[in-house]
Amino acid sequence: MKGWRPPAPFLLLLPAILVLAAVVIVPLILSLYSSFTPFRLTQPASLYMFVGFRNYARILTDLEFWTAFGRTVLLLTVALNVEMLLGLGLAMLVEKATRGQRLLRTIMMFPMMFSPILVGFQFKFMFNDNIGLVNNALQSLGLTDQAIPWLIDGTLAFTAILIAEVWSSTSVFAILILAGLLAMPKEPIEAARVDGCTPWQTFRYVTWPFIMPFAYIAMTIRSLDVARAYDIVKIMTDGGPAKRTELLWTLVSRTAYADARMGLANAMAYVAILLSILFTVYFYRKLAAARTQIAAEW
Amino acid sequence: MNENAKARINGILLSIAHKIGLFLAMTVICLPGLWIVLASFRPTVEIMAKPPVWIPQDLSLDAYVAMFSGVGQGGIPVIEYFRNSLIISVTSTAIALAIGMAGGYAFARFRFRAKSSIFLGLMLTRTVPGIALSLPLFFVYSKLGIIDTHFGLIMAYVALNVPFTIWLIDGFFRQVPKDLAEAAQIDGCTRWQAFWQVEFPLAGPGIASAGIFAFLTSWNEFALASQLTRSVNSKTLPVGLLDYTAEFTIDWRGMCALAVIMIIPALVLTFIVQKHLVSGLTSGAVKG
Repeated sequence: MKGWRPPAPFLLLLPAILVLAAVVIVPLILSLYSSFTPFRLTQPASLYMFVGFRNYARILTDLEFWTAFGRTVLLLTVALNVEMLLGLGLAMLVEKATRGQRLLRTIMMFPMMFSPILVGFQFKFMFNDNIGLVNNALQSLGLTDQAIPWLIDGTLAFTAILIAEVWSSTSVFAILILAGLLAMPKEPIEAARVDGCTPWQTFRYVTWPFIMPFAYIAMTIRSLDVARAYDIVKIMTDGGPAKRTELLWTLVSRTAYADARMGLANAMAYVAILLSILFTVYFYRKLAAARTQIAAEW
Repeated sequence: MNENAKARINGILLSIAHKIGLFLAMTVICLPGLWIVLASFRPTVEIMAKPPVWIPQDLSLDAYVAMFSGVGQGGIPVIEYFRNSLIISVTSTAIALAIGMAGGYAFARFRFRAKSSIFLGLMLTRTVPGIALSLPLFFVYSKLGIIDTHFGLIMAYVALNVPFTIWLIDGFFRQVPKDLAEAAQIDGCTRWQAFWQVEFPLAGPGIASAGIFAFLTSWNEFALASQLTRSVNSKTLPVGLLDYTAEFTIDWRGMCALAVIMIIPALVLTFIVQKHLVSGLTSGAVKG
């Protein structure tokens, strides 16, 4: 054991770095390269043809791609905001409960156990126009006498997907915000009340700043995993009908595996990866800022 | 007196509104899952009935019996899928935990250059959407000939789980006071011994819940599995579920039964970890 020894943290992190390099980084470099080729799975030789930015130029002018891109961003923005608001509401409802809080918290975690593919199936079942719970309930209550084509009409299908997405991820926000509410010291709230703050002011200027880091943790965790929506869409509508619910990820998978145009699909995938990274870095920054702010104030 | 009474009525109204709100929220959360469970016990005729039958007339375990009685009966080889899922999830979780413990310990106990950038870098590998990663992996795996094997999927899931496992375990080690391990070292333990005798037992429950979280991620993963598996050799349950929708007539009852089979392990495990999971994720949120 003589001679130079590498520093301990380096040795400890080495396995993680090796695995990630082998399974994520190297394949990604390969896919970056192939995004500059007209690679098709059926024609292996095409991997060595270099076409520069032609795939990217093609994407830039591709209306279908931009529609899917816009729809993805719209879905994420609406879903994350709604999840945040509902999660906050749910957490505050549960925090106010005097009895059975343990049980309520357990129930609250329920959607987290569902794999996205199950969530998709479950809502496909519920929104089925013929035998689904939603239509059956609406018809039995006499609100409508027709079968609403939830998963067939473009806008309705988007709404259904949004509902599925929100259902499955609100609990992440609720649980973390609840953890924040429970960890919060009670004195500042009491002080604010004594000083004559209205409930809204107490919430806005005392509670909210404190639970903000927790909300950002939830956001960061969620943004690590935004592409989970692929599973939901895949099973609910598979991008259909007639590509009216096509998201970036379903488009990538269709281009790569159904059309076998790997090069083009890899170029699209890189746009999707950049989008994910953007979301994560943004929330991670916010998280770091919120942490230091809290550390300074409390 | 009048004002007192008003305040009291206000309070009662508020608490009733609160209870109703809670009840509604919990109903929305539970109903879809319960509906699936219920449908798995009902005969297909009843599920398809028009007008709908709201009160179940005839509950049975037929769907489960059919599912486990082999390919010919239930449509898809559930037992094989279940076995694949179990092998792949357990193995990849064990490896990810070992790697994650080393990494988490490094982040919690050592100071080194570019620490937070390395941490962010690790997290960023996790953000790559599964479907985007599946394209090059599919290519590499088919060159190496490990498409449709347990090994290939296990490797992919280890890489998928390592960043998050490190995040969680880092949090748990930070909750263990540094002084304890130092005291043990002063008393004559090596650093290695101090880790296993003092820090590991204290962070144990947290590490276990990180493991369960990794297990659930592998158990539920679909985007990668759908491309890297081909046959009963390595298909997992989430991919198996899609077998049903590929056909023209959907066997709703069978799918519901399969969904219940998938959810039970996840349900049990999540109950066990829920407390530690939250504390691990939020550790350091307040202390910085």
